Amino acid sequence: MGSIIRIPKPVYILSAATVAGQHEKNGPLGEYFDIIGDKDDTFGCDTWEKTESEMQRLALSRALNYAALRDTDLEAILAGDLLNQCAGSCYGLVSFDAPFLGLFGACSTAAEALLLSALLCSAHINRCAAVSSSHNASAERQFRYPLEYGGQRAPTAQWTVTGAGAFILTSIQDDLIKSSYSKGAVPTISEVLIGKSLDAGIKDANNMGAAMAPAAADTLLRYFKESSLLPSDFDMILTGDLGFEGSNILCDLTAAKGLDISSVHCDGGLIIYDRTGQDKHAGGSGCGCSAVVLAAQVLRAIRTGQITNMLFVGTGALMNPTVIQQGGTIPGIAHLVRITSDPTS
Amino acid sequence: MQIDKKAYQKYADARAKKSPCAKNCVCAFLYGGLICTIAQGLKDLYLTFLKEKEAGALVSVTLIFIAALLTGIGIFDRIAKHAGAGTLVPITGFSNAVTSSALDAKGEGFILGVGAKIFTIAGPVILYGVTAGAVYGVVYYIIQLVL
Repeated sequence: MGSIIRIPKPVYILSAATVAGQHEKNGPLGEYFDIIGDKDDTFGCDTWEKTESEMQRLALSRALNYAALRDTDLEAILAGDLLNQCAGSCYGLVSFDAPFLGLFGACSTAAEALLLSALLCSAHINRCAAVSSSHNASAERQFRYPLEYGGQRAPTAQWTVTGAGAFILTSIQDDLIKSSYSKGAVPTISEVLIGKSLDAGIKDANNMGAAMAPAAADTLLRYFKESSLLPSDFDMILTGDLGFEGSNILCDLTAAKGLDISSVHCDGGLIIYDRTGQDKHAGGSGCGCSAVVLAAQVLRAIRTGQITNMLFVGTGALMNPTVIQQGGTIPGIAHLVRITSDPTS
Repeated sequence: MQIDKKAYQKYADARAKKSPCAKNCVCAFLYGGLICTIAQGLKDLYLTFLKEKEAGALVSVTLIFIAALLTGIGIFDRIAKHAGAGTLVPITGFSNAVTSSALDAKGEGFILGVGAKIFTIAGPVILYGVTAGAVYGVVYYIIQLVL
């Protein structure tokens, strides 16, 4: 039995929409985001949890709009975030009249949602939405200290991205004609690989990159071994949010096994902020990080033909603050989604 | 993928960029010293119209108020980012820990939110501070009896 699951018929990413905060707007990808928050990143809400819910709602509404579809056209919504009980997704998407599945994969949730959506659309249903989000303020509250607490961050610490991304997937070719994405190449999911959770023994919650990198290496090594392809066959290998530490460790780990990915590797956490100008230490992280980088920049590059074949590896640190306080470790996970531009379009 | 956890932890720790210890120490010394100098200035001012003990207490109250105010308007954490222990160790750090927890919890209401969570960070300081004070008191009492 192989690990790579080939999607038997084309599943198109019909549209994608992003919602981002001020720090993200001021980063290198700022101009590509669809919706930007107010100056406090509250999106008009009085609590941060409601804010994150609102961001998911806005992202999915916009993605549906781009796809020229309504919520009732969706046969499933798969969504997740970092909050307890996936509050951002459960509350944010309750107003959509469509079947809902809540997911948790820590920061790998965007990839997990895309992977499962592609599988569903390839066999059982026609249209599906994949949504994920994170908000810096709600994540700080949940995992770290109060927002106004005066502490110093470790150089290896990452900054949770304020962002939400929504993708509409379809297996109906006619949908492409109506959507605003009809011009240009169509991003298509052709293969997926489900990651294995891997515990490398890291206990430092300020070094998530090191916790996630072994899982990403494992996923990529399995993929390249089984597919017999080479990194040079791809225009880009995009990892979600390994940041500076994790990206370097990933390249080290894969190189040690004879797989050199450094020339095509790119990390969402590294490109979302200006690392020298924005004081974000090891880079960005969070469910929203990989979602907005993929939706805003990479899919755009696929549509314009700059990228025709890429691997998206959503990385997650499966951390529980209570377990960490009890002396536990942080397992990592990484799911792979291969996105190509549809040759028929 | 098989991974030797101990070896990997060592590798990850060794390559992780360390906090700039010397710079942090110098900043903490300068910021902490500045706060203490301001406090001494306040005390000298208060001594013009108060007794020693009352002036000291009023200095603490003033520092707590200023730190709480700066926390509320979102400035304290920006200073503390550079000051580190310089703002943490004086009473300003305690004030910030309490105020920031209270601010964060206000969405959950005054009882289960602010009431229950206000000492989430400062709680250990209060518990062990009071306990240490009580132990010290007993030791001091015994020493006085013996001598």
